[in-house]
Amino acid sequence: MSDPVLSIRNLDIDYVGAETDFHAVKNVSFDIAPGEFFGLAGESGCGKSTIAFAVSRLHRPPALIRAGSRILVGGRDVLALDDEELRRFRWREVAMVFQSAMNSLNPVLTVEDQFYDVLRAHGKITREAARARAAELLKLVDIAPDRLSSYPHQCSGGMRQRIVIAICLALSPKLLIMDEPTTALDVVVQREILQRIDKLRKELGFSVLFITHDLGLMVQVSDRIGIMLEGELVEVNDARTIYRAPQHDYTRRLWASMPKLHGAQIRQEAGA
Amino acid sequence: MNEAPPILALDNVSKVFGHADRPVYAARAVSFALHSGRTLALVGESGSGKTTAARLIMREYQPDGGQLLFRGTPLGKGDARALKAYRASVQMVFQDPFSSLNPVHTIRYHLERPLRLHQPRLDGAGRTAAIAELLERVKLDPALMMAKYPHELSGGQRQRISIARALAVNPQVIVADEPTSMLDVSVRLGILNLLNDMKAELGLALLYITHDIATARYVAEDIMVMYAGQIVEWGAMESVLGDPRHPYTRLLLSAVPDPDRPFAETPPDSELSRIETIRRQAALPQPEVQQVAENHFIRPMPE
Repeated sequence: MSDPVLSIRNLDIDYVGAETDFHAVKNVSFDIAPGEFFGLAGESGCGKSTIAFAVSRLHRPPALIRAGSRILVGGRDVLALDDEELRRFRWREVAMVFQSAMNSLNPVLTVEDQFYDVLRAHGKITREAARARAAELLKLVDIAPDRLSSYPHQCSGGMRQRIVIAICLALSPKLLIMDEPTTALDVVVQREILQRIDKLRKELGFSVLFITHDLGLMVQVSDRIGIMLEGELVEVNDARTIYRAPQHDYTRRLWASMPKLHGAQIRQEAGA
Repeated sequence: MNEAPPILALDNVSKVFGHADRPVYAARAVSFALHSGRTLALVGESGSGKTTAARLIMREYQPDGGQLLFRGTPLGKGDARALKAYRASVQMVFQDPFSSLNPVHTIRYHLERPLRLHQPRLDGAGRTAAIAELLERVKLDPALMMAKYPHELSGGQRQRISIARALAVNPQVIVADEPTSMLDVSVRLGILNLLNDMKAELGLALLYITHDIATARYVAEDIMVMYAGQIVEWGAMESVLGDPRHPYTRLLLSAVPDPDRPFAETPPDSELSRIETIRRQAALPQPEVQQVAENHFIRPMPE
């Protein structure tokens, strides 16, 4: 196997409190290979988003990454980066699509200006060149270049989501983190966007860290899946195997709690 | 859909928003019936008109055309007293368990209010007993719950409180609008099972509104697929899911995440224009009804 794009070792994250700390991520280790689609699943509060934020160092106090934790992106130690290195690292190495990203566009800037903003912050670029690059990026997500002069409110939710993804790809990151990227969208649009990302990562070769609570979707799109329970990564395996032959009891209970689309329905409650 | 007379029926109901020159049909000739002891699922994407249907049933909107029939009697504009009696029979459970309970009031207060309004003859002790019974019905411990505030409860517990509040008035119909979409997977089944039990034990008629077809299959006997304000296909759950006939139903079902099926690697470009065509066609008025099986109907798209 070639060197991983992301390598997390013994990651420990606490939310520091006045009296007690909340241990949100407990000794988590996993790798993501180049071009791999890695899904991280678990329930609210299991620590999956905390990990996503830590990878791009976007976590804020009271979140604290404990000593001994290691996060390597392309072999570089993310936790050792200084401010200037961090500024260059974000977007260029790791880009993140947030939950309800469709609302993360600036409402008073045109689509073109939002691209220009990112491109200018990360290198010298002329207005002309930025417009050409933006049009090229929009084409990747199947949006016509005449949308460059639109404002976010003139685009549908699915379109805004695709614009955010295009901006994230502007500097050809090695890793795209998507935290519940499609929860606010209907299933038809959701499929469109994920098919698009799947195609792009095969063409461009970036890796994806995908976080969702939609287990059916995760099994469908991911190459490998990690299951989290109360801050611990309890099982990691390739998507087919973890779905067909789950090893951990919690994974089994998660699968059992998914209503089925065909065949016999198992009418039992998963113990919480 | 079956022989017994329905509790509640919508007969050719329409609701129009927007300007007269550019009307938006949130409901176009919508007809369906709710029967005691049965669950009807209403599925469709955001903006298809599902919630408008719920609001029409809750009498929050007056229909622009057609009528609602409650136990066979058409509902007029209605005076306040008739509306109150209707509300005692038809109750709603909302999507968001975090905003549908008042944060400054206890659970006891939330459940006591409908009792005070709709059963004025109950005294304090009677109400306390009734609240305890309601909490037990939704499988919560009355001794622990009564004095608690909403922020002390989990999402699943809050949704149980919402269901208990709906049950407080002894309704015959419950409209549940995405009641589990904001809950974790492991507590979803608990809420769905509870709705199922209520339906069976109390003979409720349930309208289950969702975009999640897998949960619809879990709770409902019948299903309707809505798009652009029209019910485009409806009938028995297994018949509609097993043999979808309307192009929009097929599109919707093909997009539902299904772990048992590999991710379709259709080239998105050709796929997008196909989806575009289906959406455009399905949004046109489709007045014809065609029966495709014993309990399975569609409105064919115009050519």
